[in-house]
Amino acid sequence: MRYAAIDSWIVAKRDLIHWVREPVRVFANLAYPIISVLIFGLVFGSAMNVFGGGDYIEFLLPGMFGQTIAFGIASTIMMVSMDADRGVTDRFRASPMSQTGVVAGRSIADLVNSSLELLVLALCGLVIGWSFHDGLLNALLAFALFLWLRFALVWVGIYLGLLVKPEAAQASWMFLFPLTMFANTFVSPELMPGWLRVVAEWNPLSSTVAAARELFGNPGVGGDSWAAQNSLLLAVLWPAVFVAIFWPLSVLKYRDLSR
Amino acid sequence: MLAEGLRKMFDKKAALDGFDLAVPAGTVCGLLGPNGAGKTTAVRILATLLRLDGGRAEVAGHDVAREAPAVRRQVALNGQQSTVDGVLTGRENLVMWGRLYHLSKRQAEVRADELLEQFGLTDAAGKRAKLYSGGMRRRLDLASSFIMRPSVLFLDEPTTGLDPRNRGEVWREVKRVVAEGTTVLLTTQYLDEADQLADQIVVMDTGRVAAQGTPDQLKSKLGGDRIEVVVRDADELPVAAEVLGPDAEVDPDTFRVSVAVADRVAALTRVTSALAARGVEAEDIALRRPTLDDVFLAITGHKAVSEVRA
Ligand SMILES: Nc1ncnc2c1ncn2[C@@H]1O[C@H](COP(=O)(O)OP(=O)(O)O)[C@@H](O)[C@H]1O
Ligand SMILES: [Mg+2]
Repeated sequence: MRYAAIDSWIVAKRDLIHWVREPVRVFANLAYPIISVLIFGLVFGSAMNVFGGGDYIEFLLPGMFGQTIAFGIASTIMMVSMDADRGVTDRFRASPMSQTGVVAGRSIADLVNSSLELLVLALCGLVIGWSFHDGLLNALLAFALFLWLRFALVWVGIYLGLLVKPEAAQASWMFLFPLTMFANTFVSPELMPGWLRVVAEWNPLSSTVAAARELFGNPGVGGDSWAAQNSLLLAVLWPAVFVAIFWPLSVLKYRDLSR
Repeated sequence: MLAEGLRKMFDKKAALDGFDLAVPAGTVCGLLGPNGAGKTTAVRILATLLRLDGGRAEVAGHDVAREAPAVRRQVALNGQQSTVDGVLTGRENLVMWGRLYHLSKRQAEVRADELLEQFGLTDAAGKRAKLYSGGMRRRLDLASSFIMRPSVLFLDEPTTGLDPRNRGEVWREVKRVVAEGTTVLLTTQYLDEADQLADQIVVMDTGRVAAQGTPDQLKSKLGGDRIEVVVRDADELPVAAEVLGPDAEVDPDTFRVSVAVADRVAALTRVTSALAARGVEAEDIALRRPTLDDVFLAITGHKAVSEVRA
């Protein structure tokens, strides 16, 4: 157990050193949400409507947090599949190190990285007019929900990363982009056509984003559907479901010696 | 190290099909075969990374299927690709692995410095590993396998893609660790590499052992040394063949006649004077030891695909 903690830290430290020494990638990852905030918030902002009224930038920021969290899975998939491809995973497995350590280390590194992204994005939002209105505690709770989703996605990412080659991992953007758009991130589902609206309302990302809007006191909360009205509950449940499914799947895949 | 009747299927295709191996402690076994022969599969099974579909294997006295953790404490694996982390320095790479083998921070650092010294990397210890040459990276990889002084080391194609100088460096390190008593299973596509390093060579083809023995035994299967005469003119071929005796092999395309000989130098003198007496002026007369390429061709019936080295 003690070793599991040490092993996780060593594995996480490796990634953190990467980010510190090669900050280009971190900046590239940060540039995308910041530029999006500026484009959507300041350029399209005036033409965008928030269902039920309210300022678009106030509506947009929780959506951007959500998209950033969701995109984080791409880096998990990439790192895991690169380690597997380069034979690093084999060496971890052939060593006496604790097998939990490998995956726990991955989660720690990814959560640290995502927290940093959220922080930068929030500061950027505060500058252009976003804010939280229901107290710091609720705001922190909202960020905790985002990180809870990120933690769940680490497990999905580990599973997918063990499944695909790095070349295929690169293509994960193609799927992630629409998945984060068919949600309440940029546009209220109420303004979407029938079927898409259902998808957007039940999208797990929407639940977290809606719950965060509520906790931040940002506009665009609520809606007719059950999913929209119980977003807080779903924001806790959806990630729990992911963890329940993908934790054992990843562990099995990792142990699956016939890979 | 012992393997009996190993079988491993990938999608109904057998990568290993009744593979046997016995490597006495403290010796080097060279697993030689072309791409796709099943070398990596065999290594991964013995290193407990792949499940067996049949047969059994023992490494360092433990069954790989039932006592995998015990095996893992005694073996180290150097895979086909380098696992060196380019962003970390050489020393940081070693300390990281030391920590993952559960040394304390202090112990890991001391061991890292010892290994850097032994593998001639002290000067480059503080440089990021991506600035290392291919040979240095391989040596760092080897060093990281030695953190726990394993009793068994698996090396999967340790010099594939290295230039001759770097290969030489890696060979030197392998010889050094063998001298310290480690049992090594080495896979290679290069015949000269097995010849240089291995006490025992197992030639592998499509998941089975095609032949095995010491390098010399394998060579002697081809009848030992050969004397080879190259003549200037096709007309002279029959005369040269007559001089070399009834077993002579004639290759009319290259004007070459050759035969196996036992008495080397005496045979050379005999043939030279006999040819002179018959008025044949040879372009070239040479004694040639059979290479492992010859062995491979003779055993498997097809040529070893040795790729052009970088
Ligand atoms: N994970 C795998 N899935 C499916 N087939 C595989 C896998 N690994 C190896 N093979 C197949 O098994 C055979 C032996 O491969 P391998 O052991 O890598 O050979 P070598 O290392 O000698 O080049 C090849 O035909 C290869 O295609
Ligand atoms: Mg191989």
